Amino acid sequence: MIRYALGRLTSLVISLIVASIVIFAVIEVIPGDPAAFMLGINARPDTIAALRAEMGLDQPLITRYLDWITGMLRGDFGQSWTYKTPVAELIADRIWVSLPLAIFALTLSTLVAFPAGIYAASRRGGAGDVTIMGATQLGVAIPNFWFAMILVLIFAINLRWFSAGGFPGWDNPLQAIKSLTLPAIALALPQAAILARVMRSSLLDMLGEDFIRTARAKGLSARQALWRHAVRNALIPVLTIIGLQFSFLLAGGIIIEQVFFLPGLGRLIFQSISARDLIVVESVVMLLVFTVIMVNFIVDLAYAAVDPRLRTKS
Amino acid sequence: MHHFKTLAASTAIVLCASGALAQDSITVAIQLEPPNLDPTGGAAQAIDSVLYANVFEGLTRFDADGAIIRGLAQSWDISDDGLVYTFNLAAGVTFHDGTTMDAEDVKFSLDRARAEDSTNAQKGLFAGITDVTVIDPLTVQVTLDQPNGSFLFNMAWGDAVIVAPESIENIASNPIGTGPFTFTDWVQGDRLELTRNPDYWGPAPALESATFRFISDPTAAFAAVMAEDVDAFVGFPAPENLPQFEADPRFQVLVGNTEGETILSTNNKMPPFDDIRVRKALAHAIDRQAIIDGAMFGYGTPIGTHFAPHNPDYVDLLANSQHDPDLARSLLAEAGFADGFTTTLKLPPPSYARRGGEIIASQLRAVGIETEITNLEWAQWIEEVFTNKDFGLSIVSHTEPMDIGIYANPDYYFQYDNPEFQALMETLNATTDPAMRSNLLAQAQAIISEDYVNGYLFELAVATVAKAGLQGLWVNQPTAAVDLTGVSWSN
Repeated sequence: MIRYALGRLTSLVISLIVASIVIFAVIEVIPGDPAAFMLGINARPDTIAALRAEMGLDQPLITRYLDWITGMLRGDFGQSWTYKTPVAELIADRIWVSLPLAIFALTLSTLVAFPAGIYAASRRGGAGDVTIMGATQLGVAIPNFWFAMILVLIFAINLRWFSAGGFPGWDNPLQAIKSLTLPAIALALPQAAILARVMRSSLLDMLGEDFIRTARAKGLSARQALWRHAVRNALIPVLTIIGLQFSFLLAGGIIIEQVFFLPGLGRLIFQSISARDLIVVESVVMLLVFTVIMVNFIVDLAYAAVDPRLRTKS
Repeated sequence: MHHFKTLAASTAIVLCASGALAQDSITVAIQLEPPNLDPTGGAAQAIDSVLYANVFEGLTRFDADGAIIRGLAQSWDISDDGLVYTFNLAAGVTFHDGTTMDAEDVKFSLDRARAEDSTNAQKGLFAGITDVTVIDPLTVQVTLDQPNGSFLFNMAWGDAVIVAPESIENIASNPIGTGPFTFTDWVQGDRLELTRNPDYWGPAPALESATFRFISDPTAAFAAVMAEDVDAFVGFPAPENLPQFEADPRFQVLVGNTEGETILSTNNKMPPFDDIRVRKALAHAIDRQAIIDGAMFGYGTPIGTHFAPHNPDYVDLLANSQHDPDLARSLLAEAGFADGFTTTLKLPPPSYARRGGEIIASQLRAVGIETEITNLEWAQWIEEVFTNKDFGLSIVSHTEPMDIGIYANPDYYFQYDNPEFQALMETLNATTDPAMRSNLLAQAQAIISEDYVNGYLFELAVATVAKAGLQGLWVNQPTAAVDLTGVSWSN
């Protein structure tokens, strides 16, 4: 087990190093000089040179890469060029919007998808199944930003139940949750549709398995066999999808955050790219990559803990 | 106006009916968030939009119509040779951290802006200053290397506000000025809050507090106003929605002018644009009104030169470039391009450029000029078009006030090199007599119009959508500012 863990750890470190090089290289080659952008079109060349020096942009690329990497190892993400505040603070502020939003959306999509998928599987081919599968087709097909606009039109502009966007902060938790509700619904819809379809097909696979037939032979009703045996086993692929969706929701809320003008990580990346605040972009992307790699690492270890075959194989 | 009165009256009724109390706070939305809060260290207009006149003040300032009025300097004397400006500062002015604002702070601010390592985006404003001397705490003397007719104008810019050495360290995140509002909070990405400064030296503003929101997406902007999340949206980004707000008694729509001359920038050094006949052909190929109607939904004033039409010195030179495709085609033929040619059209993000670009491309196609359109982000635009001059045509609004002087710089991105014009600008800079300046400015406008340096399209309009009861907002944008000092709610 220790050898297995060490092996996984080595591959984790290599992944992180490669990722950091790729992120740094890709972001640094984006055309557009950050200093020239900040100073605008009336700036004099000597002013731009002075700002480049202040931002450290006159250093060679390799020095800047090493500064960035060693800084991050010490927990120092550097200073945002445009905001002039520590990147770590910026991320800390934004994560309290993006993370709750992702969890909220995931909870909603799970709450909708599980019953819908189970119901559809248990009524395979029936009217309920056809209706739910039709609805999920629609859910997958509707772009979430468009759905978001429709939600705003109905609930913010016409009914005035919600504000059209913005985030009041966690000082008032009820208001905060309220302001995340429409964005969470908009994000959750396509995820719920996908999840419901996976749940249904996974369940249908299970229902064809031998152990279900055995359970039925023991005298369980179809419904009892479904709930006691099939659902639990069908959850494995569903959980894998949920894990993937969570990464997507955390990083992929850019458009939704834009529609609802929420101060989340996605909007931070978006603003930082257009302002060429490269240090912020690099650090946030690196953090997201780190999160995904760490989650995978933990999942790998968990698999091994559950399934001894993985340990011996390595 | 009559329409507005009706709106105001109907709102008054609504307010009375609901028994609303007098409001003394406001939520204002603008499109872009300031990158930081240091008006002396960056070009982003959003910094001035939030802070100009509210938090920071300069020696002089722009009023709502663009006139230069007193700021921290209550009066000034100009020496007969035009070289020495003696400013008499207002007494009893304190910064928001309690420190006193005096002549030393003025000296500090001006010296800092013109220093070797200064990162002031408009360092050119201070270029002629040779010395700043403190006479006494309320008197400061500025010496110039040559007379400068626009010096008081230059000192009104947001980049020339007075800051203090005590608070300069953290100005980017905690701006300390002398203005009627103090900075209280900034939730980056979402909002920024200002509170009335109880110790303000001038007349107290009516508002107790103000919140700025930053909403960049046009659809989100529409939703935020319609849902009444914001009380006013200054620089509303979707002109197509304005008629809907105009028809809604809850709102008022203010359409004003800006200092933004929107031009079809032309690379004067790149063939075939180095041939004046080709540039003239471009000018006659363009139908300005079609661009204003199509790209700006009718908001904008046609211009025939690089000058703001609301400026008293503006000369109407539209006749130089009337829409005349036949003339354009014959000019092209004369220049040897009877079969037309192909060039690049590089467009920055604003909708005037992206929408205007499509229309101009089709107008140019009609006279035989094919354009390859490339959409660029601002950072790319600055690098490719502005710095590297790698473009044939571009569309951009030059929003700096009184910026005709850029035509005297042969290295400026459109690369217009005319010694006659450069000499004229030198004379202008050294002239302080208003009548003579007026005359020189008229000549300057004529030269660049007749040289067809760029295609002159229209003066950018600015739209503000506000709740009907709100009064005192600037209609025009003589500089990027949301000046809240005169804003109040009508009861």
